Amino acid sequence: MRAVITVIGSDAVGIIARVSDLCSKKNINILDITQSVLRDLFAMIMLVDISEATASIPELKEALAAIGEEMHLSVHIMHEDIFNSMHRI
Amino acid sequence: MLNSYDILETISMIEHENLDIRTITMGISLLDCFDSDIDRAAQKIYDKICRKAARLVETGNAIETEYGIPIIHKRVSVTPISMLASCCESHDYLKLARALDRAAATIGVNFIGGYSALVHKGYAGAEQAFIDSIPEALATTECVCASVNVGTTKSGINMDAVRQMGGIIRRSAELTADRNCIGAAKLVVFCNAPEDNPFMAGAFHGVGEPECVINVGVSGPGVVRAALAKAPDSDLTGIADIVKKTAFKITRMGQLVATEAARRLEVPFGIVDLSLAPTPAVGDSVAHILEEMGLETCGACGTTAALALLNDAVKKGGVMASSHVGGLSGAFIPVSEDAGMIDAARAGVLCIEKLEAMTCVCSVGLDMIIVPGDTSAAVLSAIIADEAAIGMVNSKTTACRLIPAIGKTVGEELAFGGLLGSGPVMPVRTASPEKFIARGGRIPAPLQSLKN
Repeated sequence: MRAVITVIGSDAVGIIARVSDLCSKKNINILDITQSVLRDLFAMIMLVDISEATASIPELKEALAAIGEEMHLSVHIMHEDIFNSMHRI
Repeated sequence: MLNSYDILETISMIEHENLDIRTITMGISLLDCFDSDIDRAAQKIYDKICRKAARLVETGNAIETEYGIPIIHKRVSVTPISMLASCCESHDYLKLARALDRAAATIGVNFIGGYSALVHKGYAGAEQAFIDSIPEALATTECVCASVNVGTTKSGINMDAVRQMGGIIRRSAELTADRNCIGAAKLVVFCNAPEDNPFMAGAFHGVGEPECVINVGVSGPGVVRAALAKAPDSDLTGIADIVKKTAFKITRMGQLVATEAARRLEVPFGIVDLSLAPTPAVGDSVAHILEEMGLETCGACGTTAALALLNDAVKKGGVMASSHVGGLSGAFIPVSEDAGMIDAARAGVLCIEKLEAMTCVCSVGLDMIIVPGDTSAAVLSAIIADEAAIGMVNSKTTACRLIPAIGKTVGEELAFGGLLGSGPVMPVRTASPEKFIARGGRIPAPLQSLKN
């Protein structure tokens, strides 16, 4: 199963490091990563494979939210299909 | 990989524009729960609902977490209870209502629909007595919703039932006068009631429906309004196009959740209801979409045209996004549940007559309208008759959910709280329709019904 992790907020040192560190600890493979600045906001989007992950989605959600809170960012993890179904025919 | 803009757009819709799946509703047939002994029938109803919907809430919550899309309600609709009631020797139908309520509490849903009767051509069995039990059923249960279908395009309007329902609405409000007349807010009177509607209070599981089915209702007025706000200078062709594209995206989300819920619950997928269902939350209002189109206030001249455009574009956008579309499918205009409509009604710009005109082009009818507490049963019946006539002639669903605010009059307000919202008591014309309503009988089906 593939999921999309998004990080939105003001740019800061170590955002990608923190998120990828979590991924590595939970055995999540990062498939693709892009980052951009949209309307003064930093946006990092990561496509990950969580089929071998050692944590469930609710646990990952919580861990990512904790990182977000600490760094004043909005961090989400959502099933890839949400985006596929909405934006692809 | 997915386009970053698309991903951020989806997240913004959920985070800032109130995009959600309004309801996953499991329709359950009770055709195998008939019993002449009412206690045994009640037990069968309870057991079957608890068995079929045992994992409904848990599954809905799991999908919500995994997919990251809020799913606001998980609900159940059942076969119209009047059919089971007619088979019972006892007339203590409240036992059946309590069985539904207990089942709802056990499985953890917040509403259960189907304390209903379909009497559009006439009463059969114990239906008239069953309808008489509705006010008490609504007053003594928490989660049970009732609906009565009084007309169809094919059969005309059963004016005896229309007359009865005016009194039933009043009684439902009176019995719950100490709780903001909430009983009347759980009762819908339909013309052309859809059998697969996932939305409360009018949901029931039609007799032509399968054993068990998953129907999903989407929402997203805030998303449509936000999309229109980005095109301030577009002409109305452009506006319709934006609404279609947005409705497509919203509905795809509903389709995804519906198929996933059906797969996990091992129940067939029924329909996606393409509705723009508002909530009293700021940024989740259908009225604000109409105002974004350029009306100063919802209810101004031009409102019906704007709503017609919106309703049609929602359907056109949604229909390609889902494999099966059904239910009510269109824009809802429940006054007390829509922040923009509440404001417009308070300002006196939105009146019942304008709402009636709007129901000709939208998906439902006079919904969540608070009327003065001294409105007579005959006037309520006459409002139902008008609304049913619009539905009958235009081959569409119309409904009335009117709440007489017992002890209150124009200028005062009623607050239900939660998604049912609050609103001002709206003025109603009081010239008497008494004699017309007292005549009873049946308004013949219109020429439109002769399609064969």
